[in-house]
Amino acid sequence: MASVRESKKACAVNPLKMSQPLGACYAFLGLSNTMPMMHGSQGCTSFGLVLLVRHFKEAIPMQTTAMNEVSTILGGMDNIEQALLNIKKRANPALIAIASTGLTETKGDDVDGYLRLIRAKHGETLAGTEVVYVSTPDYVGAFQDGWAAAVKALVDAFSEPVTQRVAGRVGVLPGAHLTPADLEELRELIEAFGLQAVMVPDISGSLDGHIPEDFTPTTLGGATLDDIRGLAACQHVIAVGEQMRPALDSLAARSGVPVTLFERLSGLTAVDALVALLMRLSGRPAPARLKRQRGQLQDAMLDGHFHLGGKRVAIGAEPDLLFALASVTCEMGAEVAAAVTTTHSPVLEKVPAVEVLIGDLEDLELGAVGCDLLLTHAHGRQAATRLGIPLFRVGIPQFDRIGAAHQLTIGYRGTRDLIFQLANTFIANMHAHGPEDWPLPAEAVAAARGGTAGACNSGGSCSCSGVTEDIVVPIIPAR
Amino acid sequence: MDARVSAKIQSVFEEPACEHNQNKDEKARKKGCTKQLSPGAAAGGCAFDGAKIALQPIADVAHLVHGPIACEGNSWDNRNSSTSGPQLYRTGFTTDIGELDVIYGGEKRLFKSIREIIEKYDPPAVFVYQTCVTALIGDDIEAVCKRAAEKFGKPVVPVNAPGFVGPKNLGNKLGAEALLDYVVGTQEPEVSTAYDINIIGEYNLAGELWQVRPLLDALGIRILSCISGDGRYNEVAQSHRARAAMMVCSKSMINVARKMEDRYGIPFFEGSFYGIEDMSDTLRQLAGLLIQQGAPAELMDRTEALIAVEEKRAWERIAAYRPRLEGKKVLLITGGVKSWSVVAALQEAGLEVVGTSVKKSTKEDKEKIKEIMGEDAHMIDDMTPREMFKMLREARADIMLSGGRSQFVALKAKMPWLDINQERHYAYAGYEGMVDLVREISKTLFNPVWEQVRAPAPWDEALVLDLSDAVAEVA
Repeated sequence: MASVRESKKACAVNPLKMSQPLGACYAFLGLSNTMPMMHGSQGCTSFGLVLLVRHFKEAIPMQTTAMNEVSTILGGMDNIEQALLNIKKRANPALIAIASTGLTETKGDDVDGYLRLIRAKHGETLAGTEVVYVSTPDYVGAFQDGWAAAVKALVDAFSEPVTQRVAGRVGVLPGAHLTPADLEELRELIEAFGLQAVMVPDISGSLDGHIPEDFTPTTLGGATLDDIRGLAACQHVIAVGEQMRPALDSLAARSGVPVTLFERLSGLTAVDALVALLMRLSGRPAPARLKRQRGQLQDAMLDGHFHLGGKRVAIGAEPDLLFALASVTCEMGAEVAAAVTTTHSPVLEKVPAVEVLIGDLEDLELGAVGCDLLLTHAHGRQAATRLGIPLFRVGIPQFDRIGAAHQLTIGYRGTRDLIFQLANTFIANMHAHGPEDWPLPAEAVAAARGGTAGACNSGGSCSCSGVTEDIVVPIIPAR
Repeated sequence: MDARVSAKIQSVFEEPACEHNQNKDEKARKKGCTKQLSPGAAAGGCAFDGAKIALQPIADVAHLVHGPIACEGNSWDNRNSSTSGPQLYRTGFTTDIGELDVIYGGEKRLFKSIREIIEKYDPPAVFVYQTCVTALIGDDIEAVCKRAAEKFGKPVVPVNAPGFVGPKNLGNKLGAEALLDYVVGTQEPEVSTAYDINIIGEYNLAGELWQVRPLLDALGIRILSCISGDGRYNEVAQSHRARAAMMVCSKSMINVARKMEDRYGIPFFEGSFYGIEDMSDTLRQLAGLLIQQGAPAELMDRTEALIAVEEKRAWERIAAYRPRLEGKKVLLITGGVKSWSVVAALQEAGLEVVGTSVKKSTKEDKEKIKEIMGEDAHMIDDMTPREMFKMLREARADIMLSGGRSQFVALKAKMPWLDINQERHYAYAGYEGMVDLVREISKTLFNPVWEQVRAPAPWDEALVLDLSDAVAEVA
C-alpha cells in the first residue's frame, strides 16, 4: 500500500532513530541473571544506559569494554578478556551478552574469534557463565534490528533440536515494540486457554518495575537459558512483529517446531487471529471473559469512531510499532497523513499510508503540518508544540512521563484502552468554533454588496455592520 | 403552585401566534400545549432545564441556580452553546441549599450568593433560577431579586420555572417570559438602523450562528440581539429597537416574538437555517420584512444576488459527494422541524432517504415531503427504538441521522449514525452547514470501523476444532 522512501538529507535533524547495539542490549535485559555489555567506548554504554534509565525509571545493568584509542587500533581482545573476568568475578551472571558497536565494527574486531581464544584460556574461571555475541554496528539498521539480531543470536546459540515436544507449551518471540505490559497481556491470553507461555526475551520479568527482595548487579527476572533451550520443544512458537521473522525462521529450520508470525496484535481482527490459533492449539473454547473483552472493544470502537473518524495523524515509530499504530488508527477511520520510520522492513509496504519515509523527526514535523495529532516518542514534544497539536507518546524513549513500561496496546483490552486514550486526546483538544470559522468568499460578499454606494466594502471583516449613516433612523422614545 | 407562576403558565398557554394552539377548543387549550407526563414513561427535561437552556447562552450573565445541588451540580456545562467572548455563562453557580435552609428558608443564602457573585465576578446581571425544593418551601425569589437589585444597583432577574411545573418546552417559554418582564426594553442602543433584526430562539449550538452571520454581515443586516445564542445582557435589553425579527422555527420562544410584536411593533416571521432552500427563504423573508419596515428596496436585489451565488456554491460542493454517496439509504429522525429541507440536500448528494420523521411537522410540511420524496414517502410519526433497530439491522437503511437518545439503537446494531441533536459538536446551519452535514455523512458511512466491528468473532466462525491437528504438531 505504502511506497517506501528514504530521506535523502545529508543531515538528520531531531533523530527518531536509536542504534542497533542499544536494541540488542535491551533484548539481553529481558534475560534472567544476565549482564549485557557493549563492545565499544564507555560512552556507547553510558548513553544507552541513561536513555533506558530515564524511560523505565529502573536500574539498568549494562557494561562496557571501555575501548580507548590504543586498544581500538591494537584490537579489543584484551578489553573483552578483562571485562569478562571482571564481570564473572563481581556479578557471576549466568550469561554475558556482548553487542558490538560502530567503533569496534569499523576496526573489524573478530569477536567470535576472540571469544574462542578466551574460553580456551579461561575455561575454568568462566565455567557456569555463558557468553553470547551479536554483531550490531551502530551505522546499520536501528534499534529494532539490534533487538531482532540479538534474539536470533540467542536462538542460534542455545536452542537445541529435540526429539519430543511438550504439549501446551507455547513459545513467544516478542518484538522490541512490545512493552512489559504487552507481554503480560499476551501471557494472560495464552494462559487463558490452559497453555503455558515461554517468552524470549521477557522484559516483563525484568523491566516491569517490581521491587525485588534483594539487590543483584545483573538483570532481575526474564527468560532463562533453559527457556531459550526449550523453545524447540514447544508445541508451537509465535513471533510478534515482522522484525522477528529471521529469528523465528532460524528456530523453525533448526528444530522443525511449528511457528506462526503475527505482524501485530493491536486491533480487533489481529487479536481474533491470535485467539483462533490459541483455540486450535489448546482445543478449548475461548473463555467467557475473553468474549466479554471482545465485546468491550467493539463498543470502544463504536464510541471512539466519532472522535477518530476523519482525523489526520502523523506517526513516527519503528516499523513494527508504526504498522500496528497506523493499522488501528486507520481501522477507526483516521488517516495516517505522515508516517516516518527508522529502518527498512518488509512490513512498511503494508502500512496504510501513501508513503512511509525512513527519516527523522524533522521529516515528521514537516509531514505533520495540518495534522490533528502527533504519535511518536517523547522527543516529538518540541515538534508538537511548534505544530500546535497534541503529542501522544509511543515507543522508546518516554523520559518525561512515568509508567511507560505499562503502556498496553495489544490484545482486546490493550486496543480498547489505546482507542480510549486516542479519542480522549482528541476530545481534550477539540476545536471550539468561533465567529471567523465560516467566512464568505469574495464573490458572495460582492453580490451581497450589490455595488451600493456608501456600503462598507470590508467584506464583513470590520466591526461596522456595513450600514452607512444615512439610513440610521432616529430612536423613538419607548412607550 | 406559586400563583404568579400559575398565572404565567396560563398566559403562555394562550399563545395566539401558535396555530396549533388556536385550533384547539377552550378546554384543550387550558390543558396546555404539552401532553401530561406519564410517570414511568417520561423522557426529557423539566421546566427548570428548559428555562436554563433558553437563557444560559447569554454569555456575560451569571446564572445562579437556587436549589439543592442536583439541579446545577448534575447538569452544568453540558451544552455546546458557543460564545465569541465572555465565558461566565459556563461557570456553575448554585446556592446548594442544605437541610437547615429547607427548614428555615433559603432566601438569606440566596441573597448572600448574589452578593458574592457580584463582588467576585461583577457581571452585567445575575439570573436567579427557581427550583422545585425552594419553590416548595416558599422561597420568594422575586422579592429577593428585587431587594438585591436595589441593594447592589445591578439587574437581578428572577426566572421562576421550577422543574415540577411542567416539561422542558414549557420551561423554554417561562425563561423567555423572564426576559420580557425584566430585561427587554430596559436599555437604549447607541445607534439604531433600518437593518436591525432580532433572532429569537437560536442558541448558537456548536457555533451555528456563525455559519449564518457572515451572510447577514455581507448584506449589511445587523443582529441587534440574538436571543439567546452568543448573547449579551445589554443586547437583549436593547432588542426592542429591532426593525424585524426572525423566530427560529422550533417555536420554543414564540411568546417572545409575539409579545415583542405586540409591545414594540416588531414584525416577525418563522424561519429556519437548516437546509439550502430554507436558508434562502429565511434571507428573503428577512429582507422583505425590513423593506416593509422602511429599509430601501434594493436590499432584496442584493439578497437575491447573494442567494444565487451561495446556493450555486453549496449545490456544487454537495454534488461532489454524489459519486461516493449515490444510492446509500438514510433514515432521518429529526426533532421534526421541516425535515423536507434537509431531505432535499441529502437527495442532491445522491442519498436515498428511506424514511423521515414527521412528528412535529405541519400538514404543509408533509405535503412538501410527498412532493420531494414521492407519494410513497415513508413518513414516521413515532418510531420505537425496536423498530429503528429492526430497520437498521435489516439494512433497509445504511445510516441513521437522529438525536442523541436513539444513537445507541444504531450503534448496537453496528450501523453508522450521525448526531443531529443539540448536544452535537458539529454545526449544520446555513449553506455551509449543509455541506458540512453531507461531508460528515460521507465520513461516517465510509469509516472502516463498521467492517471491523461486524467481523465474526473467532468463536463464531465455523472453525474446525480439529484436535488431531494440534496433536500432530506435538508429535
